[in-house]
Amino acid sequence: MTAPLLDVRNLSRDFDVSRPWLNRKLEGLEKVYLKAVQDVSFSVNRGETFALVGESGSGKSTIARLIVGLLTPSAGEIFFDGQSLAQGLSGAEARRLRRRFQMIFQDPLASLNPRWRVTDIIAEPLRVFEGGMPAPARRQRVGELLTLVGMAPEDGVKFPHQFSGGQRQRIAIARALAANPDFIVCDEPTSALDVSVQAQILNLMKKLQQEFGLTYVFISHNLQVVRHMANQIGVLYLGRLVEVGTPARLFEAPRHPYTRMLLDAVPDIEMTGRRRKKVEGEIPSPLSPPSGCPFHPRCPLANDRGRREMPLLLDGVACHAVEEGRTRP
Amino acid sequence: MSTLDISPAKPLPPPRPPSRLRRILDSDIFWSWTQSPVAVGATVVALTLILVALFAPLIAPYDPFNPATLTLMDGFTPPASKSAFSDNWFLMGADHQARDVLSTIMYGSRVSLFVGVMATLFAIVLGMGLGLAAGYSGGMVDAVIMRIADIQLSFPAILIALLIFGVAKGILPANQQESLAIWVLILAIGLANWAQFARTVRGATMVEREKDYVAAARIMGVHPVLILFRHILPNVLGPVLVIGTIGLALAIIEEATLSFLGVGVPPTQPSLGTLIRIGQQFMFSGEWWILFFPAVTLVLLALSVNLLGDWLRDALNPKLR
Amino acid sequence: MTEPLLSVRGLTVEFPTRHGILTAVEDISFDIMPGEVLGMVGESGAGKSMTGNAIIGLIEAPGRIARGEVWLNGQRIDSLPPEAMRAIRGRRIGMIFQDPLTSLNPLYRISDQLIETIRTHLPLSQDAARKRAIGLLDDVGIPDAARRIDDYPHQFSGGMRQRVVIALALCAEPDLVIADEPTTALDVSVQAQIIDVMKELCAERGAAILLVTHDMGVIAETADRVAVMYAGRLAEVGPVRDVILAARHPYTAGLMGAIPRLGENLVRLNQIPGAMPRLSAIPPGCPFNPRCPRVMDHCRSHRPALSPIEPARKVACWLYPEVTEA
Ligand SMILES: Nc1ncnc2c1ncn2[C@@H]1O[C@H](COP(=O)(O)OP(=O)(O)O)[C@@H](O)[C@H]1O
Ligand SMILES: Nc1ncnc2c1ncn2[C@@H]1O[C@H](COP(=O)(O)OP(=O)(O)O)[C@@H](O)[C@H]1O
Ligand code: SF4
Ligand SMILES: [Mg+2]
Ligand SMILES: [Mg+2]
Repeated sequence: MTAPLLDVRNLSRDFDVSRPWLNRKLEGLEKVYLKAVQDVSFSVNRGETFALVGESGSGKSTIARLIVGLLTPSAGEIFFDGQSLAQGLSGAEARRLRRRFQMIFQDPLASLNPRWRVTDIIAEPLRVFEGGMPAPARRQRVGELLTLVGMAPEDGVKFPHQFSGGQRQRIAIARALAANPDFIVCDEPTSALDVSVQAQILNLMKKLQQEFGLTYVFISHNLQVVRHMANQIGVLYLGRLVEVGTPARLFEAPRHPYTRMLLDAVPDIEMTGRRRKKVEGEIPSPLSPPSGCPFHPRCPLANDRGRREMPLLLDGVACHAVEEGRTRP
Repeated sequence: MSTLDISPAKPLPPPRPPSRLRRILDSDIFWSWTQSPVAVGATVVALTLILVALFAPLIAPYDPFNPATLTLMDGFTPPASKSAFSDNWFLMGADHQARDVLSTIMYGSRVSLFVGVMATLFAIVLGMGLGLAAGYSGGMVDAVIMRIADIQLSFPAILIALLIFGVAKGILPANQQESLAIWVLILAIGLANWAQFARTVRGATMVEREKDYVAAARIMGVHPVLILFRHILPNVLGPVLVIGTIGLALAIIEEATLSFLGVGVPPTQPSLGTLIRIGQQFMFSGEWWILFFPAVTLVLLALSVNLLGDWLRDALNPKLR
Repeated sequence: MTEPLLSVRGLTVEFPTRHGILTAVEDISFDIMPGEVLGMVGESGAGKSMTGNAIIGLIEAPGRIARGEVWLNGQRIDSLPPEAMRAIRGRRIGMIFQDPLTSLNPLYRISDQLIETIRTHLPLSQDAARKRAIGLLDDVGIPDAARRIDDYPHQFSGGMRQRVVIALALCAEPDLVIADEPTTALDVSVQAQIIDVMKELCAERGAAILLVTHDMGVIAETADRVAVMYAGRLAEVGPVRDVILAARHPYTAGLMGAIPRLGENLVRLNQIPGAMPRLSAIPPGCPFNPRCPRVMDHCRSHRPALSPIEPARKVACWLYPEVTEA
């Protein structure tokens, strides 16, 4: 087996959400930190898709931003192709690594500069990474990329607002592919799209993955989409991984009570008449997370240990009940 | 691979974009302009005044600042009448020095517009630069720049312009004061007005900075200065254009006020404000035209530019469309 | 047979623009029976919200109802003066929108808003209205309702706020609730809770629901019947089970095929090519014809009308011989 392309080890990120200095002094408040991501570890194999799934606020986007370097970790390390990304990316080496990863965002309109023509948007990575490329060759390449994502080269002269949501996401994908990366972080790439358009984009992403051997970190809150795309899935709850596994294992035999609850909440589109168990409670505020296991206030299997002690991710699941072999309250 | 739905055909390079004029004529802004009688009227008035000012040396009936061409006896000729002493005819009358009021207005608007435009441009460049820097970098830079702006905004602009003007007068050697007066005026008005632009641009920059297209550029490692100028700047120009237009009207009025107070442009190069100051001496002695016509021109100029700014603000505001 | 509670006949909503008149909703007819849940589903821009807003008289100018009628309990309500319409909204038709803050004023306590709405519509004293409000909050599942009622909207989570909105919509015992994407902004687990609450409470009170959403899953869980919208028109109407398990209209079939399923692992999802047309470019004939896998020549020039093909089932597609021209 070859080494994984991306290796995330004990990644944590805190945000300082304190009131401004003066208010703190006047009101006698302490500094407040929000633990958005805590002690997250996973690795992604070449040519595969690792999916992160979780409800809003569970830390998915924060992990994505940490991986691509938009945020710096508070603790932990990220290795890309064996190299640590934390060791201050500098100079030529940084450029070489940077051109190998790209990101696709949730809102395709916000991720394209509204004042730029599509051609210029897609050509931006070429200008950054292949400065020597002559303009006609660049335009040729943009035409190829547009064709690759199912659009016409003539679309290059238009502005992003002249396209539908699905087409905008195609443009974002073309830009991501321009400099031939081998790794793409996709943060909810289809969450803003209608199902029929979502199907087009998911199919396109799968096709491109096969064609170019791309590796994806694919983030979504939609379990069906994740099931369709991923080779490995990590379930996040309050910034922690609670279960990791293959789709088959996770969906056919979910072990963590939270995974089970999530699966239970998915609407029954097959009309099997399956009776759902009622979902209990809501996600607590990440500013004052529960003691012990973060899921214990909502967990039917919680016991005293869960209130005191944080379960460790053992054999792909972080749950005391699974550890102790309990399946019933 | 048989499931692929897109065959990689031989792609063509994208064609050239349509011309800028075509785009302007097709745009929603242009259409909304044609739908607004106020905007069209204001544009016509403003354009006429600007063109007249621009081509004053070519179209003015007299050269009011060349003493050789003046016949002193023509002084105080009423509007639309021939002088009792020469063949000269004056549409808007002549002033106490026998200068044709219409011509002085044409030349005066030139000075007023020049000072207004230059001062506004100066304020825009300064305010936008500081606003971009404050909005993008945040932290200390932001705090310092914006506190200065706050302090400045809490004083009337005219007071600040007066102050700067006074300081400059004290610094400059006396023999250059006359020739440099107009530039000092531009500097003073520009410095009095930058804070508006800085505040607006900072706000817009902070909004744009968080957008994903900036994140995409940062992931590629694009230099922050390039991100600022190539990505963010074009997206904050809209509001700058709006307050720039309204700011131009303000600057013209501020210039007139300073000149009216006698601290503005030298009398050898009178602006609309200077003309009004001269005219108001004769208001009660019956020679009303010396004051009236420059004052009306100033009001028309400031009002039309201001109305254009108002319209532009509404037209660019997506909520009202 | 009972009379329908809501009856929409030939509803057409137009927007005059600089490029001509855009038809956002065209010739839509449907009924809702008392106590029934009708789901209205379609892609964004299909005209679902516009239909809901037209029914409650909330079309924003310059939009207007160009043709058609809306009947509530045998009373025609589309031509009522604004004050009469305002009395119907809230009293006889409750409303739930996607963003709870369209219904809740962030500056007022929950108690003030609930009590005011109750007293506007029902002859109750301040104390009685407050009791009723607490009871309602309890019903929608807000823990410790008696204390939380005096909180402000921002003190509630998104899911809790939507519960408050449901309480607000139900507080005058309306006959019909129009819910426009009530769960779209919420997470799946919260969505499931909100659907349960909404469904249970309406069933208890015998209120009918017009549930507008783009999410087939929500429809499958909630609705009795479903109306599928495409490009401002109805493509298919029928009992939810029939439509989901055996779609008749090629668009509905495509939509169902495009949804990834938990239970299966396909290499490739079924996809409908292209995108829904903009309002300014709706093609002649069947509006779906450029994307339809089963398109025939006839479809390109003749517009199919929503016609009954089976009992309780209507389709607008030329594949069915019963379908007539619009
Ligand atoms: N820049 C930030 N400052 C403070 N808090 C943040 C910031 N970014 C994210 N958070 C918080 O971190 C948590 C995780 O956020 P995010 O990663 O965006 O979650 P997700 O993408 O799963 O919805 C949330 O509680 C969010 O409020
Ligand atoms: N003020 C408006 N002017 C012109 N078109 C509008 C306006 N508001 C909405 N529309 C159009 O009406 C159509 C239907 O919108 P809507 O009912 O909101 O769709 P849905 O709720 O199904 O997503 C859309 O194509 C939208 O672009
Ligand atoms: S009418 Fe024709 S084009 Fe329209 S859905 Fe039916 S078969 Fe397809
Ligand atoms: Mg996110
Ligand atoms: Mg809608």
